[in-house]
Amino acid sequence: MQTKRTVFGNRLLPYAFLLPQLAVTVIFFLWPATQAVIQSFQREDAFGLSTTWVGLANYADLLHEPTYLNSLKVTAIFAPAVTLLSVGLGLVFAVSLDRLVRGSRVYAALLVWPYAVAPAVAGIMWWFLFNPTIGLLPYLLAAVGYRWDHSLQPTDAMILVVIAASWKQVSYNFLFFMAGLQAIPKSMIEAAAIDGAGPVKRFFTIVFPLLSPTTFFLAVINLVYAMFDTFPVIHATTGGNPAQSTNILVYKVFVDGFIGLNLGSSAAQSVVLMAIVVTLTVIQFKWVERKVTY
Amino acid sequence: MIDRHPWLDALAHAVLIAGILIVAFPVYVAVIASTHGPNDFMSGLVPLLPGSDAIANYSSMLTDGLSSSGAPPLGGMLWNSLVMALSIAFGKIAISILSAYAIVYFRFPFRAVAFWMIFVTLMLPVEVRIVPTFKVVADLGLLDSYAGLTIPLIASATATFLFRQFFLTVPEELMEAARIDGAGPLKFFRDILLPLSRTNIAALFVILFIYGWNQYLWPMMITTTSSHYTIVMGIKRMSDVADALPQWNVVMTTVVLAMLPPVIVVVGMQRLFVKGLIETEK
Repeated sequence: MQTKRTVFGNRLLPYAFLLPQLAVTVIFFLWPATQAVIQSFQREDAFGLSTTWVGLANYADLLHEPTYLNSLKVTAIFAPAVTLLSVGLGLVFAVSLDRLVRGSRVYAALLVWPYAVAPAVAGIMWWFLFNPTIGLLPYLLAAVGYRWDHSLQPTDAMILVVIAASWKQVSYNFLFFMAGLQAIPKSMIEAAAIDGAGPVKRFFTIVFPLLSPTTFFLAVINLVYAMFDTFPVIHATTGGNPAQSTNILVYKVFVDGFIGLNLGSSAAQSVVLMAIVVTLTVIQFKWVERKVTY
Repeated sequence: MIDRHPWLDALAHAVLIAGILIVAFPVYVAVIASTHGPNDFMSGLVPLLPGSDAIANYSSMLTDGLSSSGAPPLGGMLWNSLVMALSIAFGKIAISILSAYAIVYFRFPFRAVAFWMIFVTLMLPVEVRIVPTFKVVADLGLLDSYAGLTIPLIASATATFLFRQFFLTVPEELMEAARIDGAGPLKFFRDILLPLSRTNIAALFVILFIYGWNQYLWPMMITTTSSHYTIVMGIKRMSDVADALPQWNVVMTTVVLAMLPPVIVVVGMQRLFVKGLIETEK
C-alpha cells in the first residue's frame, strides 16, 4: 500500500488519529454486520424466548418462499429499468449539451439540481402527479383512453416507482457523461470529420466506444443505487404494493425484520444483499483499476 | 464546432429544453399546490396556476404543524434536519481526514488492516444491516437523540479515500521541508496539510450535507417522539393520514421546504458540488 517516502516516526499518534473512525466502524458497521450473519443461522421461537441454531435453513427457506422469489423478480425488473432510463437520459442530455457552444452553462445548471432532492421527496411528488383521482398524468392518460390506477394495477405501480427513482438520478449520470465527453480528444473527432464521417457515425464509432468506461461505471453505480438507495421511494409511495408488485429486496428486509419480526429470515436476506453489494463493488473496483492502466 | 449542422443544433436545444421542463415539472406542480387551500384538491384536477393561500400554508406549517396527523411544526423539523446534516458533514470530514493522515503519513503495524476495515464500510449500506444496527443503537441508549441520528452515519470510506488520494498527490518536499524546519506531525497537519485541503473539504461538505439532509430510513427508525423528527421523514407522516385523503396543500408545503435547503446548496456552490461528486465516486 502506498505511503510517503518519509514518514513521521511517532508510535502512538497514528492510532489516536484512526481511533474515532475505527470505533464508529466497528460499533456501527462490523458488529451489526456480524450479528446479521450469526442471526441468519438462527431461529427464534414465536415468543422470542429461545433461539436455536438452524444452519442454512433460513437461506433454504428463502428459496421456497414465494414472496421472496417474487421480490427477486421485482428487483430484477426494477433495478435494470431504473438504470436504463436514468443512464440513457443522462447520455442523451450530455451529448446534446456537448454540441452546443452557447448556453451550455445555463442548461447544465438547470439540469443538475434534482440531485439534491431526497428520494422520498421525489417519490411523493410523482405520487402526487400520478394520483388516480386528481393527478395530472392520469387525467391526460384518460384522454387517450387509459385508466391509470397504481393502487390496483401492478404495472402502473412499477412504472410509477421506476420514474420516481430515475428522475433525480438523471442529473448524476448527466454530470459524469459530461466529464467523460470532455475527456475525449477533439483531434480524434476532427480527424473523423475530415475523413467524411457525419455526426451520427462519429457518435457510434468514436464517441460512444470511448465513453464505455464511464457507461460501465455508471451502470454499476446506478444498479447499486436502484437496489439499495431507493428504499425511501418505495416506502413513501406504494409500500411494496399492490400485490407485492413493487416489493424490492431492500424493502422486504425492512418489512420482514421490523414489521414481521422474522429476524432469522430478515438476517438471511441482509446477508444475501451484502453479498450482492460486495460483488458489485468488487466489479467496479476491478474496472477502475483496468481503466487506470491504459 | 467541427462541421455545421443547424438542424442538429436545433435538435440539441429542443432535447435540452424538453429535458429541463420534464425535470422541473413535478417541482412546479408541488410549488403550485403549496399555494392553494385544502378544498382545491377534493375533486377534478390539481391546480396548475398559483393560488392565494401560500402565506397561510407556509406560516401555519412552520409554526403550528399539522395536529390531525400528529406532525410537529416544521420549524423544529427543519432545525433537526439542519443539525443532522451539519453534524454528519463535519463529523465525517473530521474523522476521515484524520484517518487518511494516519494512513498516508505514518507507518505502523496493522496499517493495512485498518485500511481494509474502513474499506468494507463502503460495501455495507445502512439499509442492508438495518435490524442489527438499530439494536446496537437501542442498547447504547441513543434512540431519540442527535447522537443516535448522526454518529452511526459518520463513518465513511469515500471521504477517507478522497483525502488519501489527495494526500498522495501532495509533494514529498513539503513534508521534508517542514521536518527540517522542526515541525512535528501535529503542526504539519494544522499549518500545511489542512490549508492545502481546503477546496477538497468544501467540495466534500456539499456532497455530505445533501447526504445527511436527505436521510430517510435512519431517522425514521431512531426517532420515536416528534421532538427529533427530521423534515424528509416527516413528509411521510403527513401524507399517511388514517382513513382520509392527504391534505395535499400542506404535504406539498412540506415537500417544498424539505427540498429547498439542499437545492440552494447545490445551485449556490455548483462548481464545488460537481468537483465533490466526481471525485468522491472515483
